[in-house]
Amino acid sequence: MSKHFFGDTAVLTGRSLSHILRSPDTIITTAVTPIALMLMFVYVLGGAINTGTGSYVNYLLPGILLITIASGIAYTAYRLFLDMQGGIFERFQSMPIARSAVLWGHVLTSLVANLVSVALVVLVALLMGFRSGAGALSWLAVAGILTMFTLALTWLAVIAGLSAKTVDGASAFSYPLIFLPFVSSAFVPTETMPGPVRWFAENQPVTSIVDAIRSLLAQQPVGTDIWIALAWCIGILALAYGFAMATYRRRVS
Amino acid sequence: MSTHTERSREPAIRVQNIEKSYKELHVLKGVDLEVARGSIFALLGSNGAGKTTVVRILSTLLKADGGSASVNGYDVASQAGDVRESISLTGQFAAVDEVLTGRENLILVARLRHLNNPGTVADDLLARFSLTDAGGRKAATYSGGMRRRLDISMSLIGNPPVIFLDEPTTGLDPQARIEVWDAVKELARNGTTVLLTTQYLDEAEQLADRIAILHQGRIIVNGTLAELKALLPPAKVEYVEKQPTLEDVFFAVVGDNGSAGTTGTTTTSPAGTDK
Repeated sequence: MSKHFFGDTAVLTGRSLSHILRSPDTIITTAVTPIALMLMFVYVLGGAINTGTGSYVNYLLPGILLITIASGIAYTAYRLFLDMQGGIFERFQSMPIARSAVLWGHVLTSLVANLVSVALVVLVALLMGFRSGAGALSWLAVAGILTMFTLALTWLAVIAGLSAKTVDGASAFSYPLIFLPFVSSAFVPTETMPGPVRWFAENQPVTSIVDAIRSLLAQQPVGTDIWIALAWCIGILALAYGFAMATYRRRVS
Repeated sequence: MSTHTERSREPAIRVQNIEKSYKELHVLKGVDLEVARGSIFALLGSNGAGKTTVVRILSTLLKADGGSASVNGYDVASQAGDVRESISLTGQFAAVDEVLTGRENLILVARLRHLNNPGTVADDLLARFSLTDAGGRKAATYSGGMRRRLDISMSLIGNPPVIFLDEPTTGLDPQARIEVWDAVKELARNGTTVLLTTQYLDEAEQLADRIAILHQGRIIVNGTLAELKALLPPAKVEYVEKQPTLEDVFFAVVGDNGSAGTTGTTTTSPAGTDK
């Protein structure tokens, strides 16, 4: 069965990538909201925010990138839901293909689409004055963290897409994920927050991921942040993957 | 290959005492049927009779609660992979990718069936189902009949010996219906076993070698059309003025070339030729 896994996954990834190429608006809409947020925070609120560091756009970018990914993965849930509605899902299921390839096709497409969206946002940030002296290795580490983060959230999206009853339900799950960076160190340092909020902000995944990326881009020592960030990503990824596969098996049998 | 010849002596589909419930709803209460190789078998029943459930069990999408079923000699529960090698499913809703073109849809399925020359396969099928001109257009722009023909042609890729058609003509206009019928007859001519479900009696009459009626979770009648007719009171001879049916009128008015987008190769002659 699994002897065709890579071939089938490649074919199905090609299929959903061509969906994106034919409606590139999904990549653009994914990037527009984070870019608008970035513009607003830098040019409207940023002047009054004291992060204790130099450029606010440098401070803000890591959190904006996570918001970009959190809103981008909603499309994965949406596309998966449409496949299940339309009957093509059942066609794939009744064919002699590696069954999980149907999910992996969507997951890899999500990875590509989100990395393109992230690149767009970084481009706009550069225009807004974002600068980093980070070397290739640091950028590679940033890309690695963002990839893990995207994979983790995409498998969450797979659960939502497989179990949703309506189109709205399929994408609504991403709203809390988009909101999560606001209660973290993404926009302002956590020191100013009142006790319980600060405790939550400092111990939720976004803060460690944002701090790790920020340190990498600012060429500062990342300390334990990067390991905590990776642990969060891998933990969420493993859990979400397990749940998604269990949901999938329930749906197809 | 002794196993192969043994397999080919088996009926293409064998269903024994299959049961299935959805929570409290007892949909199938012990269904038995056999479909001979190379025949067209129609499963007739009203909406909600469980026709789709039977098809879903046979195409390995659903597990039965009880009983056993085999397709092409393979058990649907324990040899699901082999069953999937042997079948194609055309579900109730046209399972085409609307964003892709007709040709890309065919190539997609050919690739997933691991064929060597997906492009050639696609072009052959487009020609066979009069879709060559529409092959480069997105499937979303197709009419209901074209979409169904694309759907069925996708099911033929890789020449699976058994094909399931779940209500292939539901929601189609009369012309598209005849196009689909022609496609199904063409399949059987080439030796493919076809199990189709339908709620239209005339469809079963037109296409099927054998007909089974699924009612309240059981097969209540199973036989050839002649056998089924023999169950009824003997035919009486009456003299009735034959009025054209509305379908006759429709075809007489619309003519053969009325269907937009098709290339007009419908072979069935319209009304009027039999009188």
